[in-house]
Amino acid sequence: MTVLLEIRDLHVAYGRVEAVRGISLELGAGQIVSVIGPNGAGKTTLLSAAIGLLPASGSVRFEGEEIGGLDVEARVERGLCLVPESRELFGEMSVQDNLRLGAYARRLPRRLLKERLDFVCTKFPRLAERRDQRADTLSGGERQMLALGRALMSGPRLLLLDEPSLGLAPLIVQEILSIVSRLRQEGVSILLVEQNAMAALEISDFGYVIESGEVDIRGPSDVLARDPRVFATYLGSME
Amino acid sequence: MTWDVALILSIDGLASSAIYLLAGLGLVLIFSVTRVIFVPFGDIAAFSALTLAAFEAKKVPATIGLVGTLAALAVAAETISLIRQRAFARLPMAVAGWGVAPGIACALAWWAAGRDLSMPFAIGLTILLAMPMAPLVARLALKPIADASVLVLLIASLVLHFLLSGLGLLFFGPEGVRTQPLLGGSIAITDNFSVGLQVVLMVGAAAALSALFFLAFERTLAGKALRATAVNRVGARLVGIRPARTSLLAYGAASLLAGFVGVLISPVTTIYYDSGLLIGLKAFVAAIIGGLTSYPLTALGALAVGLVESFASFWSGALKDVIVFSLLIPVLILRSALSAHAEEEPEEIPS
Repeated sequence: MTVLLEIRDLHVAYGRVEAVRGISLELGAGQIVSVIGPNGAGKTTLLSAAIGLLPASGSVRFEGEEIGGLDVEARVERGLCLVPESRELFGEMSVQDNLRLGAYARRLPRRLLKERLDFVCTKFPRLAERRDQRADTLSGGERQMLALGRALMSGPRLLLLDEPSLGLAPLIVQEILSIVSRLRQEGVSILLVEQNAMAALEISDFGYVIESGEVDIRGPSDVLARDPRVFATYLGSME
Repeated sequence: MTWDVALILSIDGLASSAIYLLAGLGLVLIFSVTRVIFVPFGDIAAFSALTLAAFEAKKVPATIGLVGTLAALAVAAETISLIRQRAFARLPMAVAGWGVAPGIACALAWWAAGRDLSMPFAIGLTILLAMPMAPLVARLALKPIADASVLVLLIASLVLHFLLSGLGLLFFGPEGVRTQPLLGGSIAITDNFSVGLQVVLMVGAAAALSALFFLAFERTLAGKALRATAVNRVGARLVGIRPARTSLLAYGAASLLAGFVGVLISPVTTIYYDSGLLIGLKAFVAAIIGGLTSYPLTALGALAVGLVESFASFWSGALKDVIVFSLLIPVLILRSALSAHAEEEPEEIPS
């Protein structure tokens, strides 16, 4: 298995408060890796630093290349893509325009752009129905689909997904997560951050449990799902 | 007031509205993409009026020196920053973009100055010289503080205005200019009422340019990237849109508008090196009516400002500016009342 993303000893601080304290993790090509942990553990900070929205110290290597010094746009051009918890859609623009802009970094010719648009629309038929609607008129689940669809438009090698199930009804969560788990067939690897630990471990190959900005437990997802420590600390409320 | 007078005042107001519309669009464009209230917009418009007048008088426009100096400074700033980042590969592009491109405009203008130019050619050159001004000024003074607060950006932008109008006095001198009308003659509407073709041209040009802007925003990827940056900066970065690049595009497009404003206004008003501020301020009132974000509302605002100004000058020439700026008070009260209402709306409930 070739290593796609390798994070070594990552530190991120907000002023004097250190939110991520020396996290190291690895993600192989074609893998789904989940990062779980309680609120405020530093999961979102970790993803923001990986895409370059937050300054960090330590090393981030993507396909063997050090990308820690690159800006967000350059990382996006290399095939990383973050779907943040806040979705960050272009609310006043149509669904279709949101999707088109997703491929901005690729500078695709018209024909390829249309092909990819059609591909995303077959993945998310609901978006196709609402093509001309403004993004801020969509429901929560549809917004998450649009955020995912926009990310897919860039043809990413690695998707960084931040809480894709946040604030969604259980049925929609199921739908979104099953779409996520099928994405790897398209050659997309995924780093998945979730509070919904059980659901995340179910669809991932490997998991990291982080707490207070440090990796607490790591292991294959099926092992983690049965680990009593994980149960006790993070999943207790679910039982 | 008779109907005839009202009609004349309305036509006059429409002509000013056309100017404020173009300037207002420029201000909204820059603000929505960069969060800068670009006070020097009016100065650039005034400079392009002065440039056109110089071409007409067969003199070398001082704008060449101004743009040349700005370009030299911008190349120096860009070179230093690229050397610091050790990004040597990007040096040739930077020198070409910041130095050679404005240099070509300057060279062309220098070559043409003093010759017998046809009006469209002189106008084209004037706009070509205006084009690099906002991007150059922004590169030098605003890019290094692009992430500062709106207030800091506004203060920097004000300082830039004073600096530019000082430079304007130095380069152009204190004399006012007025250029030949682009179109002479008039269309008779009733027996004792006619509309000057210059006014028709101003309104037509403003409408055509606004339509062009609308199309560019709706139909091109670059236009959509501009809108996307304005709507959601973080979202734009996440799809790979560089704010620095969209800012540059916004400044360039606004500079183009400023060039047109200068060319359209110079035949109807005497323009001095410092006439820009008042144009900019009134366009700002129009832009505020549009909340500094909405283009259609800005167009309405420009219409209101132009008409109010025209009628106010009939009632009291001395107070017309006071009356126009007083428009801000009801507009701001109304806007704040409306936006307070918006905040009370319940948070959306995700499905």
